[in-house]
Amino acid sequence: MVRRSPYPQWFYLPAGVVYGVLFVVPTFASFYFSLTRWTIFESHFIGLDNFVAFFREPALVRGFTNTLIYGVVTSGAKVVLGLALAVLLTSRIVARGWLRSVVFFPVLVSTIGVGLTFTVLLNPERGLVNQVLGAAGVDGPGWLTNPSYALLSVAMVDVWKGVGLATLIYIAGIVSIPQEYLEAARVDGASAWSVFRSVILPLARPATVTVIILSLIGGLRSFDLIWAMTRGGPGFTSDVVASVIYKQYQAGFAGLSTAGNVVLFAVVTAIVLPLSRFLNRKEVEL
Amino acid sequence: MSRRNWPLSIAAILVSAVVFLVPFAFILLMAGKDRAQAALLDFSWPAQFRFVPNFVDVVEARDYMLIIAYINSTILTVTAVAGMVVLAAMVAFVLQRRPGRLHGLINFLVLAGLIVPPAVVPTIWVLKGVGLFGTMPGLILVEIAFGLSFCVLLFRAFIATIPRELDEAAVIDGAGPLRLFFRVIFPLLRSVIITAVVVQSVTVFNDFVNPLYFLPGDPTVQLTLYNFAGQYTAEYNLLFMNILLITIPPLIMFLFFNRRIVSGMTSGAVKG
Amino acid sequence: MRPHIIVAALTVLALSGCSAGSLGSSEDDGDGVTLSFLVDNSETNSKIAEGLAKDFTAANPGITVKVEVRPQGTEGDNIVKTRLSTGDMTDVFQYNSGSLLQALAPDKNLVPVDDPGAFDENFSTSVTSNGKVYGVPFGGYNAGAILYNKAAFAKAGVSVPATWADFMANNAKLKAAGVAPVIQTYQETWTSQLFVLGDFHNVSAAEPGFADAYTRNQTKYATSPAAVKGFQRLRQVHDAGYQNKDFASAKLDDGIRMLAEGTGAQYPILSGSIAQLTANFADKAKDIGLFAIPGDDAAKNGLTVWAPAGVYLPASTEGAKLDAAKKFLAFIGSAAGCDSQSQAYPPTGPYAVKGCTLPADVPQAVKDMQTYIDKPGASSLALEFLSPVKGPALEQICVEVGSGIRTPEAGAKLYDEDVKKQAQQLGLDGW
Repeated sequence: MVRRSPYPQWFYLPAGVVYGVLFVVPTFASFYFSLTRWTIFESHFIGLDNFVAFFREPALVRGFTNTLIYGVVTSGAKVVLGLALAVLLTSRIVARGWLRSVVFFPVLVSTIGVGLTFTVLLNPERGLVNQVLGAAGVDGPGWLTNPSYALLSVAMVDVWKGVGLATLIYIAGIVSIPQEYLEAARVDGASAWSVFRSVILPLARPATVTVIILSLIGGLRSFDLIWAMTRGGPGFTSDVVASVIYKQYQAGFAGLSTAGNVVLFAVVTAIVLPLSRFLNRKEVEL
Repeated sequence: MSRRNWPLSIAAILVSAVVFLVPFAFILLMAGKDRAQAALLDFSWPAQFRFVPNFVDVVEARDYMLIIAYINSTILTVTAVAGMVVLAAMVAFVLQRRPGRLHGLINFLVLAGLIVPPAVVPTIWVLKGVGLFGTMPGLILVEIAFGLSFCVLLFRAFIATIPRELDEAAVIDGAGPLRLFFRVIFPLLRSVIITAVVVQSVTVFNDFVNPLYFLPGDPTVQLTLYNFAGQYTAEYNLLFMNILLITIPPLIMFLFFNRRIVSGMTSGAVKG
Repeated sequence: MRPHIIVAALTVLALSGCSAGSLGSSEDDGDGVTLSFLVDNSETNSKIAEGLAKDFTAANPGITVKVEVRPQGTEGDNIVKTRLSTGDMTDVFQYNSGSLLQALAPDKNLVPVDDPGAFDENFSTSVTSNGKVYGVPFGGYNAGAILYNKAAFAKAGVSVPATWADFMANNAKLKAAGVAPVIQTYQETWTSQLFVLGDFHNVSAAEPGFADAYTRNQTKYATSPAAVKGFQRLRQVHDAGYQNKDFASAKLDDGIRMLAEGTGAQYPILSGSIAQLTANFADKAKDIGLFAIPGDDAAKNGLTVWAPAGVYLPASTEGAKLDAAKKFLAFIGSAAGCDSQSQAYPPTGPYAVKGCTLPADVPQAVKDMQTYIDKPGASSLALEFLSPVKGPALEQICVEVGSGIRTPEAGAKLYDEDVKKQAQQLGLDGW
């Protein structure tokens, strides 16, 4: 039977053109530009010097460590809190719809706006958080100004803003678990905890994979919020790779910053791709 | 049989109010203060209620820049999201239905789109090359390119749940590919499209970095925040009024589609 | 078939091309010329720009000037560079003079001004590249100095210090009197650099020729005993506990408030911040004075000044707009232009246009600044106007040194590394 497929490949074409021209080409161009000394006005080929300079960057080692910490902490917290909230918000509680809305709403607010608001709330002397702690007799730290807390404070705000999406994905996952499984477990007299452990947790696994991958990618590339809240400071203590790259770009070192982008790309791929393979293979075996 | 868990509910409502609503209450209070009181940055009741004058100041600032920014952001969001939804749905449809030579490559590109951080400077270079740098269509296409991957993943998972028999029936009725896609498949995607539209509209509307680079000179709403936080001076009351104003469109969107978002997700992302 | 959706989407896409941008006011005013004028978004500068635009249009009815704003700091630098490189710059624009201007490749991207003789030499030096002068001054001189509260000084029984030792002795007394001796505001990182950058007059007094040697990579912050002192002193103030308690989280706004209310005695800052003082605490401005950052030798002490920003003409401006733009620049660089600026915003430093005077009612700190400038040899330009070499990370390094995170010597060394990248990027000899 010879006839034209109802699924023509030219359907790829419009998306392919846009994506190819504005994403694939610049990505490959960046490989070339990373080998040049490039002000925005002109470029000279200088070989691998940019990579050498980038790896000598004083803030870089710290930037890498911070990037990993930030990615792991935010995605870990989103998995745990998102799952807990999703279980809560699919259970029989009052005002469930309202609670879902409240938890999800920060996802919709502008990152810059959230960053500005929390910078003020976390002000060590006058911010609401430390005022409340002070009233309870606790001397709150300089959340964003103490080098030991700055990065984690930003990560907390990231979780605050992003947990709604993780919760939503989990809710979707839990809702799609067939009721028979839950009923069967209850008939067997399983406790709430064992229902959670042996039914909800394994069956919500695809949701977990999605949450981990999405939030890890987001965390490793994260920039907006860190920039709005600490600009990598105090000093260089909360710099992540993306903010180092941005500062170099701002300083006019376009070639150097493009080299940094290539490095970041390699790192994110090296972490996310194997992880995603691993998680997805496990899923097939289940 | 259903027994509602009151203590847990009350605890949840209280905690959520503190954790999620207090920051918004703070924005609201700051937006109503005068300049001197706002500069104190504390959580307090406005001494003078300057809600309306602050609103007027923010709207009038820099020759009604906020209004222009609203118009620009609306055009950007509506077109970019419409574009990426249609294009991504077409890709997802063929990708799901027709495993072929291109299949692996396209899957890889889709994943790459999620993982690879966009290279800003080379993108500017390409846009200049095709004459779209600093133009609204240029920025729209950039946003489409950056948003495609997420939409394709979402749609592909959903299309997998649409029985192939529907396609076959339509083909037997004599439908060509375009008609099959737009008359049969696309309408069935409704619930997941709503999810994609909400998530992507918010992303594009709240985008700060891309307009800054690819559309210099024409403001979008996020860039208006710059108006009130300068190097020498900061007008916090107006800054927070501005934050409040640019939060309203996502809020409205959310109120409309709140319930639909979950149902779209149920069939989409989770299986992706 | 229902291709309507695609068609509709494409139509919107096409239509939207025309509607970005200028919905606020219309582009064309009959046969007149409209000039676009890009300035940074600080309250001071945008008001000055609006004032100039209004007064110029009043004097030249055929020409309308429309002010556009951009962010300040490095984000703004990027926008300016990108727009210049794409030929998409406004008809005239305001931008820093000195090393930042050099990074714009003025020979390639800008048009030289017609009448460079009309300006103060310190300014012309800052906008000169290969012997050509590229800008007219916008706003007044700025000093990197210490603003102090006279009432707090009187209460603690101290007077303006002549040397660093006096300064530290004053600090001990001020602290005993219950005020924070030195205000620091690291939440806005640029404010951390004054002990280093504002010390430059003292550095060049101790090591004449520092700027040239520095440009040629023959001296460094870490190896020059005079230059490294700026970092060491920043740390000294921290270690002695002379900073305000909330130095890490305070912003410029807070610093000005502490100074005005007298809870902090001295604030090393750019004198442009006086604008903020007069805006928020008009009645306190008369109590705030200014002195140069003290050095080791009282006789050689002097003020480090920043040249005004410039207004420039990009090479992309052509035809009728070019003529109109030249007229506009001539207006800015004239006595009438200075008056227009003084009216738009109370001036915070002397003008760089010959024959321009400040109004009699300027704040006390501006008068103090004028005293230094009028005295021969008591002021010099900041390093960034004498050498194109300036690293982008100084502010973060200063925050680390001033917060006790990094030693001053390590800070100076790190800054030298930072500077190297910039020098290489500019292709300077000797790096």
